[in-house]
Amino acid sequence: MADVTNLRSPAEAGLSKLFETARRSFASDTTIAREEAFRFFEATGLPSRRVEAFKYTDLRAAITDVAPPAEAPSLDAARAAVARAVGFDGIEAARLTFVNGHLVRELSDLAAIPDGVRVTPLNEALTNGDVVLAQLAPVPQARENPVYQLNTAFLADGAVISVAAGAKPARPIHLRFVGSGDAPFSTATRVLVQLGEGAEFSLLESHEGPDQLTCQPNDALDVVVGPQAVFRHTRLNKEGDATIALSTLSLKVDTEAQVETVNLVTGAVLSRHQIYVHVAGDDTNVVVNGAAMLRNGQLADSTLLADHAAVGGVGREQFKWIIDGDATGVFQGKIIVRQVAQKTDGKMKSDCLLLTDEGQMMNKPELEIFADDVACGHGATCGAPDPDLLFYLMARGLPRAIAESLLVQAFVGEAVESVTHEGARAALIGEIEAWLRARG
Amino acid sequence: MPAVQETIDRVRSIDLDQYKYGFETTIEMEKSEKGISEDVVRFISAKKNEPAWLLEWRLDAYRRWLTMQEPEWARVSYDKVNYNDIYYYAAPKRPAAMSLDEIDPEILKTYEKLGIPLREVEVLEGIAPERRVAVDAVFDSVSVATTFKKELSKAGVIFMPISEAVQEYPELVQKYLGSVVPATDNFFATLNSAVFSDGSFVYIPPGVRCPMELSTYFRINERDTGQFERTLIIADKGSYVSYLEGCTAPKRDDNQLHAAVVELVALDDAEIKYSTVQNWYPGDNDGKGGIYNFVTKRGDCRGARSKISWTQVETGSAITWKYPSCILRGDDSRGEFYSIAVSNGMQQVDSGTKMIHLGKNTTSRIISKGISAGRSQNTYRGLVSAHRKASNARNFTNCDSLLIGDQCGAHTVPYIESKNASAVFEHEATTSKISEDQKFYCQQRGLSEEEATALIVNGFVRDVLQQLPMEFAVEAQKLISISLEGSVG
Repeated sequence: MADVTNLRSPAEAGLSKLFETARRSFASDTTIAREEAFRFFEATGLPSRRVEAFKYTDLRAAITDVAPPAEAPSLDAARAAVARAVGFDGIEAARLTFVNGHLVRELSDLAAIPDGVRVTPLNEALTNGDVVLAQLAPVPQARENPVYQLNTAFLADGAVISVAAGAKPARPIHLRFVGSGDAPFSTATRVLVQLGEGAEFSLLESHEGPDQLTCQPNDALDVVVGPQAVFRHTRLNKEGDATIALSTLSLKVDTEAQVETVNLVTGAVLSRHQIYVHVAGDDTNVVVNGAAMLRNGQLADSTLLADHAAVGGVGREQFKWIIDGDATGVFQGKIIVRQVAQKTDGKMKSDCLLLTDEGQMMNKPELEIFADDVACGHGATCGAPDPDLLFYLMARGLPRAIAESLLVQAFVGEAVESVTHEGARAALIGEIEAWLRARG
Repeated sequence: MPAVQETIDRVRSIDLDQYKYGFETTIEMEKSEKGISEDVVRFISAKKNEPAWLLEWRLDAYRRWLTMQEPEWARVSYDKVNYNDIYYYAAPKRPAAMSLDEIDPEILKTYEKLGIPLREVEVLEGIAPERRVAVDAVFDSVSVATTFKKELSKAGVIFMPISEAVQEYPELVQKYLGSVVPATDNFFATLNSAVFSDGSFVYIPPGVRCPMELSTYFRINERDTGQFERTLIIADKGSYVSYLEGCTAPKRDDNQLHAAVVELVALDDAEIKYSTVQNWYPGDNDGKGGIYNFVTKRGDCRGARSKISWTQVETGSAITWKYPSCILRGDDSRGEFYSIAVSNGMQQVDSGTKMIHLGKNTTSRIISKGISAGRSQNTYRGLVSAHRKASNARNFTNCDSLLIGDQCGAHTVPYIESKNASAVFEHEATTSKISEDQKFYCQQRGLSEEEATALIVNGFVRDVLQQLPMEFAVEAQKLISISLEGSVG
């Protein structure tokens, strides 16, 4: 029987060439298994819709031209780019600023990091052989993902954030990613966050860039949450309209730890946010929420894998989608409950409002259960705004557009209201309102 | 929630060692040469005295099949079939029977043992059952008997082996064969198109309500053979038919392949109800032997206001790969899928449905209950999609599964694709959400929450079972009257 082999696409060939060139600059650091990662990527190639995990987000078709890795920007250019960035700007936080994937120390608060937290630029950590680096890539399944492995192969910059045991810094750290320039480029950053036992830490993450800037960021955030630690993460994707944004969040959660991660997507022509949760300790509580508000031509993909390998884990995943114009929403969520993970309580939900007939929503909520004493469920809904509710509001004198906006706001609000950090929550709500105002 | 004791006991009572239908009938058989080739395809076609177009259709399918790969996406693992090590045709040597008296008595005994009435008279003289069932009995590669043919033909209903229909109604067969499941559809369907040997053909003329249940009983008997039957049911405008399917096979240590294709066509205002109680030999407790059940079943609601309903009770087979689907093409058409899949021992089930909404105001409903015990793996895999023009499409899906013991797995893989804003899709996989009101009602009357849940879910399952014609409902009820409390999604 015939074997079907994909021919290498020009983008794949381009990536191989880029890796050959970049290899020389990677020096001798062996902490990062770049060669192995790239070999993995070469074997799989850019995933197409024939690959189940990328069925709805065909990267092979989307990435036709490969963009070269971005050069570090001049300080002036970086300053100008940061001046335009507004995500989470009203919040008191220690900022780490990345422009085109490079950490700009001058625009970062490296000297004003909260007590109990240590921040080391990734390159420095590599040079010094920081022991925390052993925690990189904490979730095994992520290492089988071509996007994540591509990030590993081309890893250019990043940071290591260590939160000491018991530390509870009042100020969050804000990872501010900004894109700028006129020529296409790609980036590969990795931030590793490690929380010691009983630590409590909030992380904000914003991704912004101008419209019409063709760039391909591939960012990864590895988080290791120690026993009884609390990790809160709020993420905003507001990339420009020509950006193909790929990102991976890998979370390893230890005993009695709590995690809250919320992601709001309004930007990028194509975005794929991959979330891997590895529940390694008993009695954890993990909340993963997401919302996407999409307009014409946009595609946003949230792919989640929650792997329960310990007893009594509680998981709550809630995703909200607003699809306007001919945009596409993709949700792929999978809960695995291993045989040891008795008493797991997992609930996953994805709800979508289609505002036009041209939009589309692809939902794939999966369960893989090997333990018998668990309560797991998933739900998915999709439809237009309820005409009865619209009528109710319009009967009270509201114009249709405002009535619809109110319904949308209430609908999306459910996913972001779980954000504990007040400022971050207000910022996300502000983004939602701005999106609705722009829609008119 | 863990399974309650009653549930565990009942599943144990349908343990694999108690497979009642594992006997073998010794009878002289005529077979094709072992393996598959163009010659074998020609041999089967010649045996059936088929017209040239059908032979050509088979050969095209065979050539296509050679270029295809066996699908690997399902959540099942098994030793691959050596397609050149099985017989594609096996039929009892005695010449085709004109009446029941001419059928090999061994075969009659086999069906008696299986509880399938082939003698019309016995049925009629029995304690007058309320419903009568016309049976097409397929033994390995051929149909050995079809009952009530005369009575059915009075109503204009055509019910006969497909090999006979090819001779008697070639224009009907040519028009509809492969129109729902094309010869190129998938690896197993294409293989079936090349080598299918027999199966049932049903045509219900316009406006006719079929006067009795129709049924086919499939029996695999011969060693090293595959069964490749093909069923084609056409319900013309305004007609109704209820069709049942049952299957068993002897206990053997090696695996046997069953790759069937079922095509249903419902024209304007027609309704087809297709029920299956699948009880192929599931293999022993260590996973030795058993049937590989790789089946393609699809219904096409081609006409406006047509309806196709699939009900399946799956308890057998070592490996199940089966997705009875509905293409809702006609406006206002309806598709339904009710499934109860029980897996035990080392069984692996990957089953579900596809509801493809193409027409306006189409509705579909999916209710799937999976129960896994022993070391089995039970997967629900389903697709619901609304295409651009499917305005006001509506789907409700509910799939629950229950695990008994900590060595088995229950998995759910739904795909929900909506390309139309006015389409409303709801998918849920929790029992508690279905009926908060009903639960409250029961609890108010003194039942505990668990009792209330069990009562509601059992009540619902019984509703599904009641959709099965009585003869099958009794058998099915025995197999699956299992309380579903403690469900996981």
